[in-house]
Amino acid sequence: MGVRVPIQTNQFLPIGRRFLPNIWDCAALLLIVGVMVLIVHGGEQISVPLSALNSPPVSLDPANLPEYALRTTLRMLTAMACSLVFTFAYAALAAKSRRAEMVLIPLLDILQSVPILGFLTFTVVFFLNLFPGRVLGAELACVFAIFTSQAWNMTFSLYQSMRNVPKDLNEASRSFHLGGWQRFWRLDVPFAMPGLIWNAMISMSGGWFFVVASEAITVGNTTITLPGIGSYVALGIQQRDLAAIGYAILAMLLVIIAYDQLLFRPIVAWADKFRFEQTASGTEPTSWVLDLFRRTRVLRSLSGPFGALLRSLSNLRLGRRGIAIARSAARPPSRVADAVWLAVVIVGCCYAGFIALRYLSATLGFADLLSAVGQGLITLTRVVVLIALASLIWVPVGVWIGLRPKLAERVQPVVQFLAAFPANLAFPVFVVAIVRYGLNVDVFLSPLMILGTQWYILFNVIAGASAFPSDLREVAGSFHVRGWRWWIKVVLPGIFPYYITGAVTASGGSWNASIVAEVASWGDTQLRANGLGAYIATATSDGDFPRVVLGIAVMCILVTLFNRLLWRPLYAFGERRLRLG
Amino acid sequence: MLDTVSQTDLLDIRGVSRSFPKGSGEDLVVLQDVDLKLRTGEIVGLLGRSGSGKSTLLRIIAGLTSPSTGTAHYRGAPIDGPPDGISMVFQSFALFPWLTVLQNVELGLEALGVERTERRTRALAAIDLIGLDGYESAYPKELSGGMRQRVGFARALVVHPDLMLMDEPFSALDVLTAETLRTDLVELWIERRLPIKSVLMVTHNIEEAVLMCDRILVFSSNPGRVAAEIKVDFPHPRNRLDPAFRQLVDSIYARMTQRPEPKIAAEGAAGPGIGLVLNALSSNLLAGLIETLAGGPYHGRADLPVLAESLQMEADELFHLAETLQLLRFAQVSEGDIVLTDAGRRFADLDTDDRKKLFADHLVNYVPLVGLIRRVLDERPSHTAPAARFRNELEDYMSEDYADETLKTVVSWGRYAELFAYDEQSELFSLENPH
Repeated sequence: MGVRVPIQTNQFLPIGRRFLPNIWDCAALLLIVGVMVLIVHGGEQISVPLSALNSPPVSLDPANLPEYALRTTLRMLTAMACSLVFTFAYAALAAKSRRAEMVLIPLLDILQSVPILGFLTFTVVFFLNLFPGRVLGAELACVFAIFTSQAWNMTFSLYQSMRNVPKDLNEASRSFHLGGWQRFWRLDVPFAMPGLIWNAMISMSGGWFFVVASEAITVGNTTITLPGIGSYVALGIQQRDLAAIGYAILAMLLVIIAYDQLLFRPIVAWADKFRFEQTASGTEPTSWVLDLFRRTRVLRSLSGPFGALLRSLSNLRLGRRGIAIARSAARPPSRVADAVWLAVVIVGCCYAGFIALRYLSATLGFADLLSAVGQGLITLTRVVVLIALASLIWVPVGVWIGLRPKLAERVQPVVQFLAAFPANLAFPVFVVAIVRYGLNVDVFLSPLMILGTQWYILFNVIAGASAFPSDLREVAGSFHVRGWRWWIKVVLPGIFPYYITGAVTASGGSWNASIVAEVASWGDTQLRANGLGAYIATATSDGDFPRVVLGIAVMCILVTLFNRLLWRPLYAFGERRLRLG
Repeated sequence: MLDTVSQTDLLDIRGVSRSFPKGSGEDLVVLQDVDLKLRTGEIVGLLGRSGSGKSTLLRIIAGLTSPSTGTAHYRGAPIDGPPDGISMVFQSFALFPWLTVLQNVELGLEALGVERTERRTRALAAIDLIGLDGYESAYPKELSGGMRQRVGFARALVVHPDLMLMDEPFSALDVLTAETLRTDLVELWIERRLPIKSVLMVTHNIEEAVLMCDRILVFSSNPGRVAAEIKVDFPHPRNRLDPAFRQLVDSIYARMTQRPEPKIAAEGAAGPGIGLVLNALSSNLLAGLIETLAGGPYHGRADLPVLAESLQMEADELFHLAETLQLLRFAQVSEGDIVLTDAGRRFADLDTDDRKKLFADHLVNYVPLVGLIRRVLDERPSHTAPAARFRNELEDYMSEDYADETLKTVVSWGRYAELFAYDEQSELFSLENPH
């Protein structure tokens, strides 16, 4: 929803890392699965009846919608605050400590590919047990789900920025005796700011989807509804009230517009000064809210003390001053400590692998694994076909729009808005159609997976086509390059890096969406397609934890392999050969 | 050691060496056995080619890196981390783009915990001194290069250091701007208005060193060593056109080109000369210089300072070019002059295809790495060889960066001479050219 579209999502291609999953990825996967099992296991041990939850009932009266919208938004903002805290701590640790980095970064990479709604199953159990019988537990579970959808790419972005702080600024800050804490707030964070804000925005956009999905969820025989737009829609589905769903969509629309105008745009306009450029650029992002704020003396003076407090906080002289010598140059790392650390990691992974295996093999056999993988391949096929179809439609449209600057300027905010809009609010509309016309579930539920994520392809292609150098277009024109040749030799290579960025985001989002898209209901009509998403969703509502763990692990592996074997090489190729300018 | 540190000695560097670990074999020595004493009240220049370790020495003094052997003392205390009382001016300015001019200047004081009002007063005084009045609230990206470096100076001066280090402070600026900044700085220095006791500057610009410094240490390369110490007694302001000034510049030029030793890092069993570092200079540039030399007014012989002047080139850049021509036996360099060889003169008269043939001849015969690549390609039945094969061998002699540059240069020259083909995607050398 920015005025200008930054192109690089930092999340994707860490420099110097290989494409194929390595031993650290496997270790990270084992650790994550192990922790999941431990959480579930702990939950079962305590076995408090989860149903004893006295949450206030949700009503379909549209008059309640403003309040619901507010509560949904509050959950989003709480999660964003948590994500920021997590981002600062985790990225700083990974960037500053070599040993922490060895484990934290592969862990983050795998966490990125764990389906977010899969987390929910475990965290609901965990948080409800933490606060038995109280709504707080459910609220926390919901906030945590949103957090998991927001935090990882922000953390990656900060980590990579911190690793890429220009050498001269680094030396300057050491030479002028900035302490570790000062350095972090005065150099690392400002330098990372543009990337961080862009990723936070992507995270917020993605987050609406998950807040809606996690406000009403059933785990085993416990159904949790938290007052909010998501639960309002869930009730609407239950009562087959299409009008209510219309209201909810309208409310969401207004919320997202308000968020864009009041929060996001001012921040982007403010953060423009952090862009690391030594020359002034042409257009600067603007925001009427920020202008208002800057021009109003009252508002500005209100913020004065706040700013002073922040400044003196960031000026605390914590940490070693002017950390003597760069860590690589000073002394070679201790091999003994490395070996000990490695041993700890290996033991941890073996233990995690052991309990995961024991837990799963207690109830599941080899046949279950095969069936989960089979379901996974069905969903994989779906993702591939959908991305291909969406590309076939949106690449030409995007190029057509992008080459017309005036039009692109007007269309781009709309597309970005569509990407932020939680598509699951619109699912019922499709489901009604499928039910009414008795359509094939396996085919016609599929488009729901890409309903919300296809826009990433469109807006990245528009951005790419807008940035396509006009001299190259003129060359193509003057040599009469037209038709197929024009697409294949001129435009497609030019927008390739942008397209890949969009397709990666879309594909990741589609995997996530499969958990809510492959199973749908309207009143008491249940629609269920074949696929890993449906597998996980069914296991969740049955309270069948071993199958949930298995399903998530399989999805995790498939997504990771898909990313490493397809997207990363393509991305690297695009960056290396086809990046213009 | 403390007893030898007199009151006026700011800096005492003894036997400092610095080496970097390489992929295999011995470490790469960039700085060898350097002694340096710095007294108060002098501007000292470290003059040398790129890769002579002078920037490394500056960073050791700034406490940003540590020596491998030897000791570095500032005011009698060993340097371990950036010392109080030393500040630095960077070649790239190193300004924080998100801070205004005033905030950038205040940063060093903030880090020292200087109280707010005093901070402001001192910052404004430094800004005033260095001629930045009126720019306090501007962001660096709104400023020209010269103004940015002024902010760099103000930031370094505001902490009232005893010693100001400058790492090629003018080399990122255009000629006119650099000259203004130099004279402004020298003027403030001789009027004793700068709150500093001494200046140590790194430069590769000979005239700049003679213009500003009281003492010049000339560094030789590979490994970096102090080759000579030159006192400059001319009174300020100095006149570049003064014959004595010119004479000193010429003599330093001659000294720096005196023994044009090719940069051989080591000679091992793998054959002499493979470890030759090649500078990435395009064949166009080489051909251009040969043509220039062959034509008037040089007619095959030119004085390097004069040539540098007329081509608007930094001395360092020209040295690289001249040395490369010498390596290829198209020219001979000695005593500050460059002379075309017969082959060089012939090259100037040939047409494109014959030039390529002559160039290929010289490449195979005089650049050992090219000879090796050609041999390997001829011997192998497939007539292909991965770049890694040669990269590994190069890394026995030089750092990864140099190996990379050398390989890139060889690829570019080999393509021009049509000696071999190279596929960037698969990193494969081959004999086949696309038809």
